[in-house]
Amino acid sequence: MQSFINSSVGRKMLVAVTGQFMILFIFVHVLGNSTVFFGGLNAYAAKLHSLPLLVWITRIIMSTVITVHVFFSIQLTLENWKSNPGSYAVSKYQRSTFASRNMIWTGALIGTFLLFHLLHFTFQVINPSFAASANMDALGRPDVTFMVISSFQHFISSIIYIAAMIALALHLFHGIQSSFQTLGINNERSMPFITKSGSVASVILFLGYIAIPVIILLGLLKGQ
Amino acid sequence: MNLTLYVWKQKSKDQPGELVQYDARNVSPDMSFLEMLDVVNEGLIRENNEPIAFDHDCREGICGTCSQVINGIPHGPQERTTVCQLHMRNFKDGDTIYIEPWRAKAFPVIKDLIVDRSAFESIIQSGGYVSVHTGGVPDANAIPIPKEDADISMDAAECIGCGACVAACPNGSAMLFTAAKITNLAMLPQGKVEAKKRVCMMTEEMLNQGFGNCSNHYECQAACPKGIKVSFIAKLNREFTKAVNIFSEPGE
Ligand code: HEM
Ligand code: FES
Repeated sequence: MQSFINSSVGRKMLVAVTGQFMILFIFVHVLGNSTVFFGGLNAYAAKLHSLPLLVWITRIIMSTVITVHVFFSIQLTLENWKSNPGSYAVSKYQRSTFASRNMIWTGALIGTFLLFHLLHFTFQVINPSFAASANMDALGRPDVTFMVISSFQHFISSIIYIAAMIALALHLFHGIQSSFQTLGINNERSMPFITKSGSVASVILFLGYIAIPVIILLGLLKGQ
Repeated sequence: MNLTLYVWKQKSKDQPGELVQYDARNVSPDMSFLEMLDVVNEGLIRENNEPIAFDHDCREGICGTCSQVINGIPHGPQERTTVCQLHMRNFKDGDTIYIEPWRAKAFPVIKDLIVDRSAFESIIQSGGYVSVHTGGVPDANAIPIPKEDADISMDAAECIGCGACVAACPNGSAMLFTAAKITNLAMLPQGKVEAKKRVCMMTEEMLNQGFGNCSNHYECQAACPKGIKVSFIAKLNREFTKAVNIFSEPGE
């Protein structure tokens, strides 16, 4: 008999569980980011990096989770393409959404963005002159605030982030409710609530993330 | 009323098909969709042309044999209705109607609008049954079943296996069909005995037959002429969770 990781439902569940892990992460991440509005970003970053164990455990878990999510979602999508010759002369969608039909593309955009984002703010090689590792604040901490504000004052950088967040919002608009259905942790009574909460959560995450580049672009948050 | 039809014509499994234009004249709004096609076919036969091949049997919406995608929707525009129960009053004089077969890798076209749905039979054969010893008829009410469970089981049993869910699914997945069969049996004490093995076998056979995986587009529920709900797919997923211990062989 087939094993869990060859099965249709098992692999979908792996995609769903890893998806939910990532959602947990991006909620924590958006809260951390918003310390920039209160001038607390440098302190937050310094505190995080004084806890290398926490940072490294999170990095290892997230890399594993992302690898599993990407591997199985691509594998499932390729199988689904093969199963559907997709050649109706007229086709009329009744229940599916733009978001649900484009999970692989919004996913690919998020994945590409993730690489850019790591090079930008983790490895800090995109704008080396803004690098937090090269600029200390008055208290001698890496100046993350300076790096973020200087970067987002560039229109192109901000647009890349905002576009990626549109892809993320679409991915989650379908993904959140879908993951509950895949894991079977729903019923007919709870599903409308889950779907609505999923949509609201994707909008909240979207607004939370784009707030930083938008506010900086508008000149409402300036460096020293 | 008069209609213009574009119908998928395909000589056999291995030959390419194409849409062919037909005129349907003097169609009565009281005809069923299949009766309209009968009239078109009679005209074609009279002029020594090949009639349009389509599947049908009961013509009362219970056998699941009729199978046509009408203007992009399996079984046509009316909700919870099979093609044989769809009436021409749903269309207007002068309408153009596109009629195509179910399209999915697991359902190859045999001829025109007729597809081979034996892949569904294979899914049933892999586990869609209960093993019982034959013998005397059991007494009524010998096995008490809560009303709610019986209702859910009977709702799932409404599936007529027509394949509209597969035809509607962007992934060509058979999850709604498989979920209906699994729920139908898993809700009842007789079906619980083999439930773990069944869900593993049937979902595996679904993949083997070339159906895709479910990604929760929910097109299937919208297309289903019997109103089978995607909540049964969630039930299938729960049955799978119960069946699989990831540290051991599933279904044992
Ligand atoms: C890194 C690149 C990513 C790729 C290539 C990707 C791809 C996909 C694909 C193709 C699916 C649909 C799977 C299916 O149809 O069965 C999916 C589902 C999902 N993704 Fe992603 N994704 C990515 C990142 C993310 C991120 C960052 C999150 C969350 C923050 C996320 C959350 C989800 C969720 C919750 C689902 C729904 C699971 C389900 O349908 O049960 N994904 N992903
Ligand atoms: S012919 Fe039997 S359901 Fe339509």
